[in-house]
Amino acid sequence: MKHIVIIGGGIAGIETACALTDAGHWVTVIEKNEKLGGKLNNWSYLFPDFTPTEKITGTLQEKYREKDFSILNKTEVSGILRQNGKFSIKTSGEQHLEADALVVATGYEIFDARRKEEYGYKIYDHVITSADLEQLLLPGGDLTVAAGKNPKRIAFVHCVGSRDEKTGNHYCSKVCCITGVKQAIELKKRLPEAEIYCFYMDLRMYGKHFEELYREAQEKYDIQFIRGRLSEASEKIDKSLLIKSEDTLSGRPLKMNVDLLVLLVGMEAGKGTAATAATCGIGCEESGFLKTTDSFLKSNFSEQEGIFLAGSCTAPMTINDTILHARSAAVEVDNWLKKK
Amino acid sequence: MKREGKIQVWKDYQKEIADDHYFYVRSCIRQNFFPGAEQTFLKILRSELGKDICENPHHTSCSGIAYHADVVPFDTIQTIAARQFALMTEAGYQNFAVSCITSFGIYSEIIETWKEYPSELEKIRNYLKRATGREFEVPQNVAHASDIVYKFREDIANKKKFPLINQQTGQPLKIVEHIGCHYSKMFPAKGVGGAEFPNVLVGMIESWGGEVVDYPERRHCCGFGFRQYLVMSNRGYSVSNSRKKFESMEPYKPDAILCNCPGCPMFMDRWQYVIEEMEGKTYGENGQGIPVLTYEELAGLVLGYDPWDLGLQMHQTNCEPLLDKIGIQYDSSLKYAGKDGKLIGKPAMVGC
Repeated sequence: MKHIVIIGGGIAGIETACALTDAGHWVTVIEKNEKLGGKLNNWSYLFPDFTPTEKITGTLQEKYREKDFSILNKTEVSGILRQNGKFSIKTSGEQHLEADALVVATGYEIFDARRKEEYGYKIYDHVITSADLEQLLLPGGDLTVAAGKNPKRIAFVHCVGSRDEKTGNHYCSKVCCITGVKQAIELKKRLPEAEIYCFYMDLRMYGKHFEELYREAQEKYDIQFIRGRLSEASEKIDKSLLIKSEDTLSGRPLKMNVDLLVLLVGMEAGKGTAATAATCGIGCEESGFLKTTDSFLKSNFSEQEGIFLAGSCTAPMTINDTILHARSAAVEVDNWLKKK
Repeated sequence: MKREGKIQVWKDYQKEIADDHYFYVRSCIRQNFFPGAEQTFLKILRSELGKDICENPHHTSCSGIAYHADVVPFDTIQTIAARQFALMTEAGYQNFAVSCITSFGIYSEIIETWKEYPSELEKIRNYLKRATGREFEVPQNVAHASDIVYKFREDIANKKKFPLINQQTGQPLKIVEHIGCHYSKMFPAKGVGGAEFPNVLVGMIESWGGEVVDYPERRHCCGFGFRQYLVMSNRGYSVSNSRKKFESMEPYKPDAILCNCPGCPMFMDRWQYVIEEMEGKTYGENGQGIPVLTYEELAGLVLGYDPWDLGLQMHQTNCEPLLDKIGIQYDSSLKYAGKDGKLIGKPAMVGC
């Protein structure tokens, strides 16, 4: 029986582990947190059909509990040595593992919105991120703003930390457009009296049911989409926010007062992925995400033979894409081990 | 507003400011707008802080306003900057202290250009040599004069005669700060506190006992904006920008406005008078304006310097309300007296 070590216990890591266990391999998942599931654990409902996240995480949990693979939680990889065709892995818990193949599934990090200083995240009281909003959208979440009142006017800012020269993130994070549409609808359902505005550069509704949801947001929920990027936000004396932009369709500057500002934060490769890349001796793209051998036919292959890549450590991905990428990683590992 | 968030930004943007031995380059317009400010800076550095600071009368305008008005090409302004650096080199200094925000932005832009394109530096060395026979070293440290006052703000605080406390209420004076656009908006890392939440003036105000008031249009242009003012037909645009700031800060009832740029205090001071004439509107208490000060003038007041020696009589918006709040004694009869005690004439509107 071959032993495969998977670094990262998010949805990509779990899905790869399940598929490889089904293929008859012995699998160990190393996860730095206590709980498997990664950032999905922090989300409330999923686009485009508002599926409760618990439903997906619950199904994943049931699935992996049925499988016989090992999990080392609260553990990180501290060193990897390649010898005699095998990987010798040292962990932060001083464990030594020997593996025939490695799968890196370290996922992504959420863009730190403080870097877009002009929006005042962590400075102004009522500027939050899409990740923060997910927590507030859970049952019992408090959406009130100044003086305990519900926000009357809410703005979303798309592409915060994505497609942005200033932050050095030139890529599209893929999920933020549809997340913004989904969250705007959820807010409108919770706060029917609120006016909701989305400031966007482009709306990239590429996925199944994305475009339909975007249309529904406009027609059914009266959510206003303004093509323009925010130049700055400032806090007023009543804690509401003054935002400035340009409506690039009408070609006019725009100034608006809102009670809540939501920053749709993008994905970044993050320090964890960079550290793993250094430990494994594999390369990163200019974006910081892990380099694949080939974009078309070898998107699960790293530059090092025997080290495979799964999920959003290679590029921003939706949950669907991540699961598919993880399954294809399992197929590639299995095929490679059979040929070995 | 969460102060800890600002503190984190301030920690992220700390710059190196030389400790001593400065070559000082004055502003071409500040000496007309606020003639006591630069002299006060030199006095504080030399007499209060014991620092070595040199200036050379052969120093010229950096030509920044003409550059930003597309009159002076980049090669020319680089050569002019190189000449200033040559004066510094010849005097045996390496730390360049700049009075003007526009000049500070110009020098920063040019030095960054030379780092990015060394061929430009070589070209300018050649131009300067051919034109003047001079040679130069690129400064090791470039600081705006407000950076230097910021660096020594606690030393100034330790010598203060008047804290920024309202003597009538016992509360800290509420001060809004306005940073010149070219201080850090082009190069955030070159400003103390960065571009969005600069700390350079905040640090002074807080060290000297005052309280900073943040207001929605804090980042907005003062109304100078070069072409807004240089072209007469655009001056309505200039005053409307200043007015936007005054309207925005008014609800916070600030006791003063503090600036670190030549143009900003000029326009925020003068346009208050114009708005009063045009609309009958004033933004301070009791029908008065909000006094507008440079950081050197404020430092001078904190250190107990005579307001008329600081040149506060040259402000169009009267500073007396602020002096009264701080508890500074002054002789109104000497407001328009020259150094010899004779009256030099009161300001009057002529031909307007």
